[in-house]
Amino acid sequence: MSEQNGEVRIGVYVCHCGSNIGAIVDCKAVAEYVGSLDNVVVSRDYKYLCSDPGQELIRQDIREHKLNRIVVASCSPHLHEHTFRTAVEGAGLNPFFMNMVNIREHNSWVHEDRGAATLKAMDMVRAAVRRVVHHEPLQRARVEINPNVLVVGGGIAGIHAAMTLANAGKHVYLVEREASIGGHMAMFDKTFPTLDCAACILTPKMSAVKASPNVTLWAYSDVTKVEGYVGNYKVEVTRRPRYINEDLCSGCLECIANCVYKEPKFNDEFNQGLGKRKPIYIPFPQAVPQMPLIDTETCIQFKSGKCKKTCLAACGERHAIDFTQQEKVETIEVGAIIMATGFQPFDAHRIPYYGYGTYPNVYTSLEIERLVNASGPTAGDVVLRDGRKPRTVGIIHCVGSRDVGTNRWCSRVCCMYSLKLAHLLKEHTDAEVFNFYIDMRTPGKGFEEFYQRLLNEGVHFIRGRVAEVTDWALDPSEEGKLVLRVEDTLLGVVRRIPVDMVVLSVGLEPHEDAQDVRRLFNFSCGSEGFFLERHPKLAPVNTFTDGIYLAGCCQGPKDIPDTVAQAGAAAAEALALIDKGYVEQEPNTAYVVEEDCCGCKTCVPMCPYSAVYFNEETNRAGIQQVICKGCGTCVAACPSGSIKQHLFEDDQIFDEIEGVLANV
Amino acid sequence: MSETYEPKIVAFFCNWCTYLAADLAGTSRLKYAPNTRVIRVMCSGRIDPQFVLEAFAKGADGVLIGGCHPGDCHYQEGNYKALRRYYLLKRMLREMGIEDERFRLEWISAAEGERVKVVVNDMVQKLRALGPRRVPCEAKPQAMEVMAS
Repeated sequence: MSEQNGEVRIGVYVCHCGSNIGAIVDCKAVAEYVGSLDNVVVSRDYKYLCSDPGQELIRQDIREHKLNRIVVASCSPHLHEHTFRTAVEGAGLNPFFMNMVNIREHNSWVHEDRGAATLKAMDMVRAAVRRVVHHEPLQRARVEINPNVLVVGGGIAGIHAAMTLANAGKHVYLVEREASIGGHMAMFDKTFPTLDCAACILTPKMSAVKASPNVTLWAYSDVTKVEGYVGNYKVEVTRRPRYINEDLCSGCLECIANCVYKEPKFNDEFNQGLGKRKPIYIPFPQAVPQMPLIDTETCIQFKSGKCKKTCLAACGERHAIDFTQQEKVETIEVGAIIMATGFQPFDAHRIPYYGYGTYPNVYTSLEIERLVNASGPTAGDVVLRDGRKPRTVGIIHCVGSRDVGTNRWCSRVCCMYSLKLAHLLKEHTDAEVFNFYIDMRTPGKGFEEFYQRLLNEGVHFIRGRVAEVTDWALDPSEEGKLVLRVEDTLLGVVRRIPVDMVVLSVGLEPHEDAQDVRRLFNFSCGSEGFFLERHPKLAPVNTFTDGIYLAGCCQGPKDIPDTVAQAGAAAAEALALIDKGYVEQEPNTAYVVEEDCCGCKTCVPMCPYSAVYFNEETNRAGIQQVICKGCGTCVAACPSGSIKQHLFEDDQIFDEIEGVLANV
Repeated sequence: MSETYEPKIVAFFCNWCTYLAADLAGTSRLKYAPNTRVIRVMCSGRIDPQFVLEAFAKGADGVLIGGCHPGDCHYQEGNYKALRRYYLLKRMLREMGIEDERFRLEWISAAEGERVKVVVNDMVQKLRALGPRRVPCEAKPQAMEVMAS
C-alpha cells in the first residue's frame, strides 16, 4: 500500500461499450462482484465510459468519494488509455493511478459463452483492483523535439509530404532510393478519371522540391541506420556514388550526347526495358535532380579502364564527372519521420498461364503506360514488339490481386487504370479493346462516370477471370494471335477471344524489402506486408512507434488522390508533434534501488541502449532515465531484485497474477 | 479427468506484438477459448521467471508467453532474453513435474491475430487432455521440494 496516500480508495468502472461488451459480458454482475472486493469504494457499470458524461462520472466520483485509484474495464489500452488518464487527471488525480482492463478486444469480441466471458472479466478486473493498490504517482519527463523531418521515399506521397512541411517552414530531408524523385507516378501517362497528364501535374512539384531552400534532397541514397526515439531520431543516410559531382554538374547532359556509345544500347529501367539508354544516362527527361549517373555495369571505363572518356571531354572545365566518387554517409538528426516508400508492381512472371515473358505481346500495365507516353520508348506510338499495330487488345484485370494463389487483397487502382488504358489504347490505335474483369470496382469521385464513358466508347467488358493466354490456334481466325480462354460468367459459356496484344493489370504489393525497412525503423507490417498503421480508422497515418508516420502505398494500395490526402495528413501529424516543442515520455522506465544493489553487473549487458551503467566508485549500477525505453529486461535479469520498473513493478505484476487466479 | 475441467492459462503478452495481435483478433472478431488471462508487459524480456513460478504456484494450469518474432523485438533483443530464460525455466519446471505442454512460448506479431486464436485453442485443447495439475498448488514449497528431490 502506498504510504504517501494513506488509505487506498478504488473506483471501478465497467463499460458496456453499447452492446460491444454488454452483449457478451454481464457488466452489471461484474461491477456488483467487484464492489465486494477490498479497497473498492465505488463500482459502477456504464453504457459508454469514453463519452463526456462517462468521463465526468469518473471525475465526479473521484471528488465525491475521495477515490485515489481508478480501474476502467473497457477496451484496449492502446485505444483509450490516454483518454482515461486525461479524465482522472482532470479531477486532480495523478494519471498513473488509473489502470485499464481490456474486456472488449481480449474478451467480449473473442468469446461467445456469456458465462465464461463474464467470469473472465471478473478475473481480469479483480487482478487490476489488486494491481492498482501498488500504483505510485509518476511524472512524465519532457524532452525537446528536433524540428527537422525525414521523409523516406520521393514518390508523389513523399514529395507532397515534404513540400507541405517545407511550406510550413520546417527543414525536410527527402531521401530517395532511385536516381530521381517522382516514383511510379512519373511513369504514368495520364491519370484517371480526369485524364490529365501525370507529368504535367507532377513535374512542377518535383521542381519545387529541388528549388525549396527547406528541402535537402538526397536521391540515389538509402537510410542505413536509425537510432533514438520520438523527437530525437539520429539517422544515417548512405549516398551511393552516381560518379557525378552534384555541386559541379550543371545538368547540360552534354556528357550523355558525347558518350563513346553513339546509340543507346542498354535496357532503360524507367521505360520498363522497352527503350534503351547509354551507360551514362538520366532516368527520364524531367528527372530531379537533373543530373546524369553512370551505370558501372555497362560503362567501359568501369569495366576495363580503357575508355576514351569522351564524356570527360564534353564536360570540359566543369570537371563534374568523377570516376573515383565513393559512397558517402550523412548523419542527420530529426524529430519525426514520414515513410513514403510506395509499392512494387506485382511480378507477372508469377502467373505463368498468362504467358508474360513467354509471349512477346503480353505486356504489363506499366509497360503500356510507357508505350502510350509521348516521351516513352516509341514516342507514344503503340506498336507491338514486332512493329505491328495491335488491332485487338485484351486487358486482364486482377493479375496478382484477389487471388488466393498470389495476393488476396484488391489493389484498388487496377479497375480504374485498366479503364484508362483501354481508353488510351483505343485513342492511340483505334483497336478493339476487351476488358476481362471479376467485378468492376469504381468507388471514387468521378470514377463510376468514367466507367459509363468507357461503356459508351464501345470498349467490351467480359465478366470472368481469364483462365489462360495461349498461342495455340484452334481455327484460322486464331492463327498468329494470342487467345484468351475465359468463362464469361454473364453468358455462362466458355469463350476464346483472339487478340494481338494482352495487357496484364498487375496489382500493387509491398516492396520486397519492406520487412527489412520496417525493422530498420522499428515498426510493424500487417499480415500482407504493408506497413501497419496505428489504428485502421482513427490513426491511419500513425505507426505504433511515436514520431513515425505513413503516407501512400507503403501502407496499402491507394490511388493518387488518396495518397496525396494521406501525405498531407502525415505532414500535419508531424507538424502537430514538432510545433508542440516537446514530447512527454511514458514514465515506465527502470531504476535501481541502490541500497539493494550488490554490484554484480548482470544488468549492464542486458540493455540494448546502454542505459544501464556501473558506478565503480559506489560499486552500484545505475540507469540513465532519458535513455531507458522501459522494456524491463534488466529488471527481470537482476538477481537481487534491486532494479524496478515504474508501472510494471514486481508487486504490481505478482498481485495481478494472484488476482487472475483467485477464485470468485 | 473431470468432464467440466477447464484449464486456466496465465498469458504474458508483450505490449508491441502479441498484445496487439490479441487486440487484432478482437477487432477481427475471431473466436477462441475463454481460458486465458492476459497480463501485459512492455517486452517479453520483462518476464521474470518468478512470474511464471508464481502463476503455477497460485494455481495456473498453464503459462503462455507471447513475444515478437526473432529480429522483430521492439526493444531489439528482449525476446532473445525471454527465450533463454524460457529454456532454462522449462527444464526446471519439468524437474518439478510440470508437463511441457503447460509452459509455452510463442512468437506472435501484431499482424497475426489468427495465430493468437490458433495458439490459445491448441494450448487449451492440450491442457484439457492433460487434465488438472498433479503438483498441488497451495502446499507449493514443500511439494515442489519433494518433486525436485
